[in-house]
Amino acid sequence: MRTRREIRARKALRDRIAYHGIGIGTAFFFLAPFVIGLLASFRPNSESGLPPLPPWPMSGISFDAYRILDGFGSGVWQHTLNSLVVSFGTVALTVAVSVLAGYGFSRYRFPFKNALFVLIIATLMIPFQSILTPLFIILARLGLNNSLFGLMLVYVTLQLPFSVFMMRNAFDAVPKEIEEAARIDGARDLKLLVRVLLPLVMPGVATVSIFAFLNAWNEFFAALVLLSSNDNYTLPVLMTAVRAGRLGAINWGAVQAGVAVMVVPCLIVFLLLQRYYMRGLMAGAVK
Amino acid sequence: MTMSGIASQSPRHRRKKRSGWRGLLYIAPAMALVTVFFVLPVLFTVWMSLHKWPLLGTPAWIGFGNYVRMVSDVRFMAALGFTAHYTIIVTIAIFAVAFPLAIFVEKQRPLVSAYRTIIFLPVVVGLASASLLWVWLANVDSGLFAPLMQRLGLTNGRINLLAGFDTAFLTIIVMVVWKIAGFTMIILLTGLQAIPAELTEAARIDGARRWQRFRYLTLPLMRRTMALALILSVTGSILAFDQFYIMTSGGPQNRMISVVYYIFNQSFVSFNLGYGAALSIALLAILVTISIFQLWLLKVGDERP
Repeated sequence: MRTRREIRARKALRDRIAYHGIGIGTAFFFLAPFVIGLLASFRPNSESGLPPLPPWPMSGISFDAYRILDGFGSGVWQHTLNSLVVSFGTVALTVAVSVLAGYGFSRYRFPFKNALFVLIIATLMIPFQSILTPLFIILARLGLNNSLFGLMLVYVTLQLPFSVFMMRNAFDAVPKEIEEAARIDGARDLKLLVRVLLPLVMPGVATVSIFAFLNAWNEFFAALVLLSSNDNYTLPVLMTAVRAGRLGAINWGAVQAGVAVMVVPCLIVFLLLQRYYMRGLMAGAVK
Repeated sequence: MTMSGIASQSPRHRRKKRSGWRGLLYIAPAMALVTVFFVLPVLFTVWMSLHKWPLLGTPAWIGFGNYVRMVSDVRFMAALGFTAHYTIIVTIAIFAVAFPLAIFVEKQRPLVSAYRTIIFLPVVVGLASASLLWVWLANVDSGLFAPLMQRLGLTNGRINLLAGFDTAFLTIIVMVVWKIAGFTMIILLTGLQAIPAELTEAARIDGARRWQRFRYLTLPLMRRTMALALILSVTGSILAFDQFYIMTSGGPQNRMISVVYYIFNQSFVSFNLGYGAALSIALLAILVTISIFQLWLLKVGDERP
């Protein structure tokens, strides 16, 4: 008896070691590039051209890399601000538009309702990369070429299929009785929506916001095509200039610093709001 | 649906009439955006593709001229070929990594959610950021891989990974797997977790071995999920641009020009906007075909028990 228990215990221990061994190895592969890049960004300029072996600064923490990054374009603050304006603008507009549309699709009947819903969802099938040329021309006609607001509107449109779908489901899950009760209490239309229903669909709003933020913050191709003047560049577009280097020489410290500025906000947003992010992913996957 | 059906229909009918236009009001902003920034551009792309459309000056109608040119455009065919090659290799690589990972993180064990989160982290950063990070890591003088391999004695001297096609391609594949595998893993995980535990248990009692359970139980029940993960990976890869633009600038020897990259070059570098539009229509047709194939694939999965 005793030996059998011992064998089992030894097997369990071996399994556990194997499990955590694989786990730690895998975690290392997925985490190491971030850690190495972040550590390397704090090396002084004299070390920034050296391989990251070891990646941490050898002679004290320095912000040289960030200072050099600030010398590109209109300064890193300006471009971070551009990215923030576009991202938060996209979040605000996406939430406003998709809450209204989700409510409309969930609670009202109107002609061509299903066809219009399918039309919004069907835009997912068409890659926006293929319609960028006319978008460029349409924005120019609207006087929105090379404008952060124009880019924002494009991003909002790209978010709509997912967001409207999410918000319609969120409103569908709210019991009709709550609405009827509020109606009897005299709340109508927008007031009803904002005061009574909006608090109930906040989880959906959180999910929609996270996806809108991350996608707008990270988007590169449309920003590269639609923004033409230096002051308006978002961070990813600014980084192409850093990547191209000056006089044929690339300052890798500035590249690391730029990556840190772009990556850290995403990681923080994700880690803080993981629950809502995963909920959105599941909704998308199950659909 | 006899008396009660008819009786309940009439107040609903009245209500429908009353609120008919108000509902449209709520969806109007969304419809306006979709119309102006999606439907209109799609139609406009078709229109443009039938013209010779320079950046300045007036467009000239040339009918199907752009399409004729496209068919005999060697560089476009090369871009198509390269994109197909990349899509197949990267999809296989992502699945080869993501499937074992999904099985690894499936069971509730200590630290499993921490492992899941860490594996998922690269998914939430931008492809552009990831490309920048990896182009540094792959740099021959200041990066990590070449000096590390040299120091470990694996190579004589430092190999410039991004200089040759094969090594540059491999670097990009590893980067994309690092970036995307967590996403595919989570999708596959939802499929794995949807398999009832009783089924696996019953198979185990019936004497099915681990591999048999995987082959005859898990895989067939994962059809739908795998189809979804496959399609997401394929459509995403066909649209690849950031990694080639940032990491290799389309090189070496311009052999890494993907379809989107070629459209970008034609439209916004050479300013052949009409020709770029025709290429876009081709890309759009390819992706819509794949989407329809996807619906069919998912439906086939449905019919299975």
